[in-house]
Amino acid sequence: MPEVLTRPAPALALRRPRIALRFGILALVVIVAAVGVLTWNVPGEPGSRAFWLAVNLRVVSVATIALVACCQAVATVLFHTATANRILTPSIMGFDALYVVMQTALVFFFGSAALSATDGLLKVVVQSALMVGFATLLYGWLFAGRRGNLHIMLLVGVVLGVGFGSLSTVMQRLLTPSDFDILSARLFGNLSNSDAEYLPWGALVVAVVLVLVWRARHRLDVLALGREASVNLGLAYRREVIGVLVLVAVLISVSTTMVGPMTFFGFLVATLAYQLAGSSQHRVVLPFAVLLGMATLLGGYFVLRHVFYAAGMLSIIIEFVGGVFFLIYLLRKGSL
Amino acid sequence: MIVTAPSPRTLGHRLALPAATAGVTALVVVSLFVGVYDIAGEGFGTEMFFISRVPRTLALVLAGCAMAVSGLIMQLLTQNRFVEPSTTGTSEWAALGLLVTVLLAPTAPLIVRMVVASVAAFVGTMIFIGILRRISLRSSLVVPLIGIMLGAVVSAFTTYLAVSTNSLQMLGTWFMGSFTSIVRGRYEVLWVVAIVVVLVFLSADRITVAGLGRDIATTVGVDHTRVMLIGAGLVAVATGVTTVVVGFLPFLGLVVPNLVSMWRGDNARANLPWVCLGGVAIVVVCDIVGRVIRMPFEVPVSMILGVVGSAVFITLLLRMRARA
Repeated sequence: MPEVLTRPAPALALRRPRIALRFGILALVVIVAAVGVLTWNVPGEPGSRAFWLAVNLRVVSVATIALVACCQAVATVLFHTATANRILTPSIMGFDALYVVMQTALVFFFGSAALSATDGLLKVVVQSALMVGFATLLYGWLFAGRRGNLHIMLLVGVVLGVGFGSLSTVMQRLLTPSDFDILSARLFGNLSNSDAEYLPWGALVVAVVLVLVWRARHRLDVLALGREASVNLGLAYRREVIGVLVLVAVLISVSTTMVGPMTFFGFLVATLAYQLAGSSQHRVVLPFAVLLGMATLLGGYFVLRHVFYAAGMLSIIIEFVGGVFFLIYLLRKGSL
Repeated sequence: MIVTAPSPRTLGHRLALPAATAGVTALVVVSLFVGVYDIAGEGFGTEMFFISRVPRTLALVLAGCAMAVSGLIMQLLTQNRFVEPSTTGTSEWAALGLLVTVLLAPTAPLIVRMVVASVAAFVGTMIFIGILRRISLRSSLVVPLIGIMLGAVVSAFTTYLAVSTNSLQMLGTWFMGSFTSIVRGRYEVLWVVAIVVVLVFLSADRITVAGLGRDIATTVGVDHTRVMLIGAGLVAVATGVTTVVVGFLPFLGLVVPNLVSMWRGDNARANLPWVCLGGVAIVVVCDIVGRVIRMPFEVPVSMILGVVGSAVFITLLLRMRARA
């Protein structure tokens, strides 16, 4: 007993440098991967016009990847905090399937003109607002149940995702071919060919969200303690949870618009981030999650594109690895 | 002399099953007469009727029956209400088996594909049951979650395989769960499924007892391991064959047995005919909806089932939450 009590608290003093080192290594990986994606195997002499043209095209890819990684990582950590557990993630709970359904419904009921009429900033605002409203209603209601059981919630979320998926496919089947083309161009972008036009707006929205999140980082620490503790500590629990869900919905809608749904990526990144950060404070976890997300996506993209020539498979591989990882986690948790 | 207790059932109860059978038969007849081709018209009407409509409706009946019964067996064996081929990864394993056969032996006949798909489904079911054994905390909800995730992982692998061999499009149309391409000569193997259903009727009691757990089963004189293997085998054959011929029919095995036992209680053997009828009814209705909703095009039955099934499933879950 006394041993335990008198053991010097190595926590912060000793671990800080190690955490800083990890952070530095991660940042280095991100930079190397980004430079790699930008310049590896570029046709033309470095410095020539063709070279810069190619690099400029690739900047769009890198920016998209970075933005998506940021969205997914932050959204997942936030969702974990709001639900006070680390299994639920927005994508497993069907958040992005919800986004797809809403986009499809928009085209289904109002025609593809509705999509082009709401382009640019208006599009981002209107669609995010719709998404946020619906997600808040749906998930707020799901999580509000005091008798709510984590497993029921998770299962409902997973099945909701499946149901939304079927619903959007049914509606897509009923669209006219031209409407369908326009819709699928919007919905199923992938990492290699993203819409450069949309990028600045997405970046703007994400930047605003990130600032809000960063300013709320201490309140988030409290929120992560769960309902009872945060109410006791004087937090307006309900309002905070809804606020966080709103931010999550915005991030997921940006990410899904750019690259389509990704189920396990957020889970993978956030879980690794908790391990690496060695702390559950949001000011440490969030930057780790973002860097880790970028490192995984950029690194994976680089390797697949330039080593295996199979860039299109990145999301499938992430799905596979993330799914295995999730299963192992769930199995270990199940045996507790 | 053994005196049997007088049946407590009233006339209404005794007529329920025939009445339901008549209702489902009526649905089946309606299904025969829904379609773009005018079978009452000139020319090939009658011929088309037997080439296209009859096989399709038979396939619907067989597949619906098989998947609903598969769900029931799996629920009995695992003692879990939320288990069925699409929430345990069994269907995804069958799909993987099918893809592998087509890639390795493109010219293999249908029967080989079915055998491989069924074997893969069996392996998958056994893996799932093995995982269940290893979890000490068997929350009834963790079980389907693990199954769904297992299915997601297997299907990510299948997709990877399909992408790297350029057969993704083929994969999509195969597993759509659609009866569009069912014509004479393309469905006959589904009769295998009818045999499975008969076998299930014969062994219903043993499966029910095995579902009570190894100890009780052994006490009553039932070989638990053997019945587990037989049950998993029957499900694997039904799932494998249905996947090869029609594709995925999501949630069917989950929704039908649960609705039946909510209404009639848990007597598995007495419920079996109802589960069959329910499965047929739901598949036929979803198929008719899919055919009518946008004539002359079709919406595959799996999509309609996905929407209806997930809605019913979530309602069941939330009811459970309200009661808990």
